[in-house]
Amino acid sequence: MMALPKPLHDLFRPPPTPGVLAVFSHLDTTLAAIKRLRAAGHTDFTVYSPIPRHEIEDALGQPVSPVRAFTLVGGIAGCAIGAWITLWMSADWPIVVGGKPVGSIPPYVVIMFEMTILFGALSTILGILFNSLFAARRLGTILYDPRFTNDRFGIFVPAGSDKVAKVESLLREAGAEEVRRG
Amino acid sequence: MAETPPPTTPTRVTYDYVTRTIARTLSTPSRGYFLLLGAAVALLAIGIVTLLYLLRYGLGLAGYSHPVYWAVFITCFVFWVGIAHSGTLISAILFLFRSGWRTAVYRTAEAMTVFAVMTAGLFPLIHIGRQWYFYWLIPYPNERGLWPNFKSPLIWDEFAIGTYFTVSTVFLIMGLIPDIAAVRDLATGWRKKLYALTSIGWTGSNEQWRHYSRGYLYLAALATPLVLSVHSVVSWDFAMALVPGWHATIFAPYFVAGAIYSGCGMVITLLTPIRTLFGLEEIITVKHFENLAKLCLLTGSIVGYAYVCEYFMAWYSGNPTERAAFWYRAFGPYWWASWTMIICNGFLPLLLWVKKIRTNITALFVISIFVNIGMWFERYVIIVVSLAGEPFTKWANAVYNPTWADWGIMAGSFGWFFMWFLLFVKNFPAVSISEVKEVLPPPRSKPSKVHV
Repeated sequence: MMALPKPLHDLFRPPPTPGVLAVFSHLDTTLAAIKRLRAAGHTDFTVYSPIPRHEIEDALGQPVSPVRAFTLVGGIAGCAIGAWITLWMSADWPIVVGGKPVGSIPPYVVIMFEMTILFGALSTILGILFNSLFAARRLGTILYDPRFTNDRFGIFVPAGSDKVAKVESLLREAGAEEVRRG
Repeated sequence: MAETPPPTTPTRVTYDYVTRTIARTLSTPSRGYFLLLGAAVALLAIGIVTLLYLLRYGLGLAGYSHPVYWAVFITCFVFWVGIAHSGTLISAILFLFRSGWRTAVYRTAEAMTVFAVMTAGLFPLIHIGRQWYFYWLIPYPNERGLWPNFKSPLIWDEFAIGTYFTVSTVFLIMGLIPDIAAVRDLATGWRKKLYALTSIGWTGSNEQWRHYSRGYLYLAALATPLVLSVHSVVSWDFAMALVPGWHATIFAPYFVAGAIYSGCGMVITLLTPIRTLFGLEEIITVKHFENLAKLCLLTGSIVGYAYVCEYFMAWYSGNPTERAAFWYRAFGPYWWASWTMIICNGFLPLLLWVKKIRTNITALFVISIFVNIGMWFERYVIIVVSLAGEPFTKWANAVYNPTWADWGIMAGSFGWFFMWFLLFVKNFPAVSISEVKEVLPPPRSKPSKVHV
């Protein structure tokens, strides 16, 4: 891995979190494990999957992603910027075109519309990046397996040395094909 | 996301099969690939040399002559912007409609969109003649206190194309991230480093998917009105002017339908060789081609209807100038261009009513090429023929003919487009890995009655 300068290292390479990683080859066993973990009082575990599945989202019972707020604020800001640049620039260099008022709204709606989309889309991207980064910061460096982007599901449960054995047996009982400590 | 698998999905297509088949498309290129890439670069070289001549000797080398000052360059601009449209239609609009079949074809269509907009953007720059002044289009504080005229459709166009390029690029990159991570986990050597960097730490954790899926939904929701607006704005470059043949309210829907028609044609043209060369027959099936053909049929019929409507309105309006313009279009010196357009876009798509033709990939490939020719001529007819036939400038009596400089730049644009496209399909997954898996039944330890 590439070495990063200290402030970036602290931001992007948080210290490793001790815990247990389980690899599942089926969706239903993964869901069973999520249910058992939640029943046992675990809340901060991570589920890996090659594709987004509603069943996993439902089993985890997570709130709706705050990305939507980024989209809304970005879109409104873009619309306002579109209105501002067209009206202010027309007023700054007033010139009558086609006998229409210096600041005429109908043609400016096009600019406002395009700016709404542009800023809305860009702030959505920022929203995804920030929220994923914050989540990664909260979880620390956790175990991963390259099969999770192919055809395996995975669950990482952060656990201290006192709880590891218990979590391991829980995951095995739920149907994990492989369990390892990190 | 889409839940129902398409009925044609064979059972041996599993998650692992999908990842490995698509990752295999990134293996060492064959001789055929290098031949294609070489041809594209050679075409681009022709374009660059022509551009150097245009810079040295001026735009007079192109066939501009009064009253035709918007000619092949603007025709190509509208043509390429039109090609760009079906990509976002397939990736965003069909995403919102939850069409499962889009997953196998949308990445190619989306890459095509980005590269087609990149190609289209070159033409206004070439057309202005002095490329080093292009920044005058951008509103920036300057010593003369000047600002652009926001009442002009040309400025709307600049904002629309700029937004479209930015949004379709981020949409493409967004969709790529989970797939780059999937090939990263299989790759070795320098590619592993490239994919590790470009997948920006994607692991497929529940937090990432939670924000990603939401964000993707909103991006699709923003891209949907955008795709409809961009070609509407392009059409207003013409419709806002008073030239007979341009000044019509039908232009926005007419252009959008035409754009999607030509774009679907181009998707078929590009997918046919990719599917065979990369061995993706089980992922991109005949069903996908048939659905694309149906989209072509729908949008082609709208275009055909718009042609009828235009001629009817020219007659029904009773406006002698409008009537003269449309008579000139069909029976004037450019009759061959008009009739190419009417046959390729009005009659050819009607063949797609026949299921045998819709499911024959060779036939579709041939039709798709004629769709592209027809749609290029549509823009040529609208732009050049309307200007050449302007009744109140007939005294100018000049004959417009494109020159070698027009064709050289046009050849260069095809080279530029295909070069980027070929580089893309060999370096990044040309079919979405995660989304193709979404329409497959997930692996279960025992069969489930509740879900697929």
